Amino acid sequence: MKTLTKISTFAYSLKMGIKNIGKNKAFSLASIATMAACIFLFGIFYSVVMNFQNVVKEAEEGVAVTVFFEEGTTDEEIEEIGKEIKKRPEVSKVNFISASDAWKEYKEKYFNGNEELAEGFEKDNPLANYANYQIYLSDVSMQSTLVSYLKDIDGIRRVNKSDAVANTLSDFNKLLALISAGIIFILLLVAVFLISNTVTVGIGVRKEEIEISKLIGATDYFVRSPFVIEGILIGLIGSAIPLAVLYVMYGRVIGYIMNRFVFLNNMLNFLPVNTVFRMLVPVSLVLGVGIGFLGSRLTVRKHLQV
Amino acid sequence: MITLEHVTKCYVPGVPALNDVSLNIEEGEFVFVVGNSGSGKSTFLKLLTKELDPTEGIITINGTNLRKLRHNKIPMYRRNIGMVYQDFRLFKDRNVYENVAFAQRVISASNREIKKRVPMMLSLVGLAAKYRSRPKQLSGGEQQRVAIARALINQPKILLADEPTGNLDANNAWDIMKLLEEINQRGTTVVVVTHNLEIVEAMNKRVITLKKGVMVSDRKPGEDLD
Repeated sequence: MKTLTKISTFAYSLKMGIKNIGKNKAFSLASIATMAACIFLFGIFYSVVMNFQNVVKEAEEGVAVTVFFEEGTTDEEIEEIGKEIKKRPEVSKVNFISASDAWKEYKEKYFNGNEELAEGFEKDNPLANYANYQIYLSDVSMQSTLVSYLKDIDGIRRVNKSDAVANTLSDFNKLLALISAGIIFILLLVAVFLISNTVTVGIGVRKEEIEISKLIGATDYFVRSPFVIEGILIGLIGSAIPLAVLYVMYGRVIGYIMNRFVFLNNMLNFLPVNTVFRMLVPVSLVLGVGIGFLGSRLTVRKHLQV
Repeated sequence: MITLEHVTKCYVPGVPALNDVSLNIEEGEFVFVVGNSGSGKSTFLKLLTKELDPTEGIITINGTNLRKLRHNKIPMYRRNIGMVYQDFRLFKDRNVYENVAFAQRVISASNREIKKRVPMMLSLVGLAAKYRSRPKQLSGGEQQRVAIARALINQPKILLADEPTGNLDANNAWDIMKLLEEINQRGTTVVVVTHNLEIVEAMNKRVITLKKGVMVSDRKPGEDLD
C-alpha cells in the first residue's frame, strides 16, 4: 500500500513537472534555449579538442626509438630482446629491421639512379651491424623511461631517440588537456549560473504555490519533486536539441573544410562523426540533466524554509 | 490543546510584536483573537503554524513543544492544523476539485481516497455542483468555502482562520462564520483571528484581545466585550 501511494505521489509529481513546462512556456523556452546554447558551445569545443587530440595521437604514433645491437649478438638473442620490449606497457608497436633490410633501404635512399656504385658492397654489407628495432610508443611522455630501460639491456649497443619531438608532443598534450579542462569548467559555471537565474525567475512566479504547499503540510520532497522533474526534462530537451544540430553540422563542416582547403587532406585526419558522438552524447546528456537537476534543486531549496 | 507560556516574539531586538503572552485553548473550543492592526494577531497565528519561532517562551500544541520540533517533522505537525486565509490562497490555475484534492495529495492519499473524500467535503461546504469551476469563476464567499474544504479535508484537530471574512460582504461573512461554527460543533478546535467585532459579538464565543502585542483581555462566552 505504501509503495502504491509512493508511486502515485511520484506519478503526480511527474505529471505536475510536465504540466509546469507547458504552463510556463516563456520560462521553459528560455531555460531550454540557455541550456541548448551552453551544450552547443560545449559540443563544438569537445569536437575540436577530440580532433586535436587525434592529430597529436597520430603524431605520437610516428615517434620511434631505434635500438642497435652489440656486435656478435645472435638472432635468438635479438628475438628475445624484441619479446621483452613488446611486453612494455608504453610500447605500441615494434618493427624489426634486419641488416639486409637496412642496406636495401639505404641503397634506395642514397644510390637511387647509381645502383652500380653500390654493387661492390653486395658481398660485404656495410650495415651488417645495423640490424635494429624501431619501437613506437603509445605515450611519448614515457620515452625517457623506455630509453633508460633499453640502455640497461645486455646486447644493446645504441639507442636513438628524438627528445625534441617527444617533449614537444608531450608538452602540447599537457597544454591541450589543461586548456580543455579550463574551458569546460568555465562553460559549466556559465551554464549553472544561467540556468539557476532562469529557474529563480520561474520559481519567483510560483513562490506562493510553494508557500501554500508547505503550510498545508507538504514535505520538502513533495514540493521539490515537480520542480526537479521540470529541471531534468528541460536539461534533457536542452541537450538533445544541440546534439542533433551538431550531428548534422559536424559532417557538413568537415566536408566543407576538406573541399575548401584541399592541402589539409594529407595533413589532417578528421575523426568520423560516430567516434566523436560516442562520448559526446552521454556526456552532454548527463551534463544537461545534471545541470537541470542541480539548478532546480538548489534554487527551490531557498524557498523551502517556510 | 494549545498552550502559550510567556511567549514573546521580537522581529527587531527589543521591539516585541507579541509580549509575554500566556494562554490555554482547550480541545473543541471556538476562540476569537481580536485586535487592531499591529496588535500581534498575525504573529500569533504564524507562531502556531511554526512559520515563526518565539524569541522567548514555550508553545505546546497537542503535547508537542514547537521549539523542539525539527524541520523534517514540521510537515507532519502542520497536517493536524487547517489554515484559512483572508485572501483564500487558492491555486488559480486549478479547479475547485483539484484545489481541495491537493491537500490530500500532500499527505500521499490514494486516488481512491481522494475521489471519495473530495466530493464529500465539497458537499459539506455547499460547493458540490461547482467542482469544475476555477477560483476566478467563484464569488469571494465561495472561494473561502473552497479554502475551508481544503483546510478540513485531512481532518485536522485544529482550524486556524486569519481574517476569514476580511474580503467578504456581510452576508457571505456571516455564512462563513456559521460554517466555522458547524465545523467546531463536529469537534474541531477553531481559532479565528479577526477585527470584525460585529460578528464576534454576535457569535458569543471566547474572545482574546491583543493590543500592541500584549494580551489585554480573555473573555469567556456570555461575558461582555470591553
